[in-house]
Amino acid sequence: MLGRSANGIFWLFRYLERAENISRLIEAGFRMALTRDASDASDEWRSLIVTLGLRQAFEARHGTEYTGPHVFNFILRDKDNPGSILAITEEARTNARMVRGGITREVWESVNDGWMQLKEALARPVTETRLGAVLDLVRRQSTQVRGAMEGTMLRNEIYNFARLGSFIERADNTARILDVKYYVLLPSVSYVGSSLDNVQWENVLRSVAGERAYRWLNAGRMDPRGIAEFLILDGRFPRSLAFCYSKLRSNLASLAREYGGEMHCHEILRDADCQFHHATIEAIFEQGLHEFIGTFIRNNTALALQIQRDYRFID
Amino acid sequence: MTKTSPSSYDEMLHADGSVRSAYAGYCQWHDEQPPDLLRRKGSEAEAFFRRTGITFNVYGNEDAEERLIPFDMVPRIITAQQWRKLQRGIEQRVRALNAFLHDLYHRQEIVRSGRLPARLLKNNEAFLPEMVGFTPPGGVYTHIVGIDLVRTGEDDFMVLEDNARTPSGVSYMLENRETMMAMFPELFTRVRVREVSDYPRRLARSLAACAPSAFGGNKPVVAVLTPGIYNSAYFEHAFLADQMGAELVEGSDLRVENGRIAMRTTRGYQPIDVLYRRVDDEFLDPLTFNPNSVLGVSGIMDVYRGGGITIANAPGTGIADDKAIYSFMPEIVEFYTGEKPILQNVPTWRCAESDALAYVLDNLADLVVKEVHGSGGYGMLIGPTSSKKELAAFEAKLRARPENYIAQPTLSLSTVPILTKAGLAPRHVDLRPFVLVSPNGIDITPGGLTRVALKKGSLVVNSSQGGGTKDSWVLDD
Repeated sequence: MLGRSANGIFWLFRYLERAENISRLIEAGFRMALTRDASDASDEWRSLIVTLGLRQAFEARHGTEYTGPHVFNFILRDKDNPGSILAITEEARTNARMVRGGITREVWESVNDGWMQLKEALARPVTETRLGAVLDLVRRQSTQVRGAMEGTMLRNEIYNFARLGSFIERADNTARILDVKYYVLLPSVSYVGSSLDNVQWENVLRSVAGERAYRWLNAGRMDPRGIAEFLILDGRFPRSLAFCYSKLRSNLASLAREYGGEMHCHEILRDADCQFHHATIEAIFEQGLHEFIGTFIRNNTALALQIQRDYRFID
Repeated sequence: MTKTSPSSYDEMLHADGSVRSAYAGYCQWHDEQPPDLLRRKGSEAEAFFRRTGITFNVYGNEDAEERLIPFDMVPRIITAQQWRKLQRGIEQRVRALNAFLHDLYHRQEIVRSGRLPARLLKNNEAFLPEMVGFTPPGGVYTHIVGIDLVRTGEDDFMVLEDNARTPSGVSYMLENRETMMAMFPELFTRVRVREVSDYPRRLARSLAACAPSAFGGNKPVVAVLTPGIYNSAYFEHAFLADQMGAELVEGSDLRVENGRIAMRTTRGYQPIDVLYRRVDDEFLDPLTFNPNSVLGVSGIMDVYRGGGITIANAPGTGIADDKAIYSFMPEIVEFYTGEKPILQNVPTWRCAESDALAYVLDNLADLVVKEVHGSGGYGMLIGPTSSKKELAAFEAKLRARPENYIAQPTLSLSTVPILTKAGLAPRHVDLRPFVLVSPNGIDITPGGLTRVALKKGSLVVNSSQGGGTKDSWVLDD
């Protein structure tokens, strides 16, 4: 397949994954804001903008006034935000059009259909009343495309590049949430956990759609160390770092089989993968959660770049 | 069921309102359908097209970056007998076009014999000096041709244009049929219509047969070269590549390697044997043609002349569908085939000739005037529907550069009904069948693209000017 097409597939799935993750973040932020007084709510919204790396762009547009509608409209649809959900969904569709021949009709139609619906939904400012429905739409598109892919695509290089895009992006998103929220999870804050801490912890889980799974596994008991372990090391949770890397491992392995050999990116993956194999959450906390996450994000970015180089995504 | 327009030939109805035999099966079915069924299906079809992304882009129209070409649900029907004649005529014409191109780029016997004025080639940008003395692999110049036909009577089909460069629209031929079959499956059990869906397979086979003899082996690598997703026909490029199982490449994917054109794949550079390019000559090779082009491949012309790749259609074929050359097509057909043309030309005045110019200027209000190098319905004058001011403005242009124009009578194009809010109503149509040429022969898919002017009385069928399309049926015997 063409290197440019591999790149298109890879980014199509990165963008879809990103849109889905952002919508979860907004939803968690919105929920937090609803349960807080005005100034705390504003802090929540600010934290969301910071997580997405949009602080400068946002303040250039709205100043330091962090109100809900300003924030979520900025993230969803603002023209000054090149990473808005609208913009990246459009990017996703552009990539899908570019690689139309490499994806099945079902995949293309779910991308295109989702884009058309979202474009319409985001044609005017989103109100708090409509927010839930809009976020739902974003998630549903991502789910639908994923379903179409799983159900109709050949398990070949194209599929593997798609999955690599999804899991590189998902790992990056989970890591970034941890990066911004790590202080909430630090054990020094409070051992017992005030009710506020509980809310904060639950919010972290909610941002990655993990609150129910975590509660189910832990009989409703919230503790920061357990949450960090769940998000980093629990191979059963599909948005944990360990899960993403187990998928990257198997997709890169099947590429190596298909291509009759490994590339440099396989080495990088092996190195990065080590951090999950024998790691315990105690060791990670000892090393420093923040450092661990920082290193992870850098390695993940390096892996993505190397994949793009090895498979000639660009000249 | 509908009224015919008094002056035109209606393909469905006789002048007395009775149904012609071609439409007998269809009309019987149509009359049995609940009145609003077709309209309801119409909106279904639109949603279907939007979802599948069958759109085209209009240049310079930002609001409508991607527009649908309106699809009308009433098929355009051609009988088996009519088709046989068309087929013979088209084949003859395409054979002549290829012989003509070979001659133009070699000995130019037709000019020497005095049948074609040398001035038509001089300073004609469509004539490429780079092609002189070179014979493309298999001797094929026009691998894919779209012959535009218009009809004025029962047996009167005429060629309006020979699209010998990169004719588009074949994806609509295929999707229109898919749509009709999806929406009215039972209709196809009642009326036997010849299949068009194997066009991509035929295209792949025909292109593969044109691979350079030194390369290709038994499974030549075919790629479709597109200008990219913002091109108005991108959907079609992607569609055809997909259906043929060929790679869809852009200029940036390609480079010259060891005397071949190679595409950047995830496994490294891989040579291409046949390039079905949907990029104009001018942009094909910045080293040879437009130096600012980013759509083509630097050095492809050298590779081509060195026998390293087949380019379909060959560069320089545009000279054959030049509108000034068009007027000589009857002579061209006779010169190379030794036969009388089966399909007629539309009578054409060449404004470069002073007698013709005088006539055209005297009768401007009754004529259609076209730019010699124009396409897509741009830069043309339709006398009868133009204002005095428009006529005067065009007259000035004509006088300034008469050699730039040809004129034709305003033809009373045949009509086929479309579905309007008020029921069926006749609209003017044309037909573009698609023709494949390879050393193995000429292959014409039974059907084509019917374009229809949606505005009442309008004769402009171009999709860029508000035309629509219809499914085109050739009946089985």
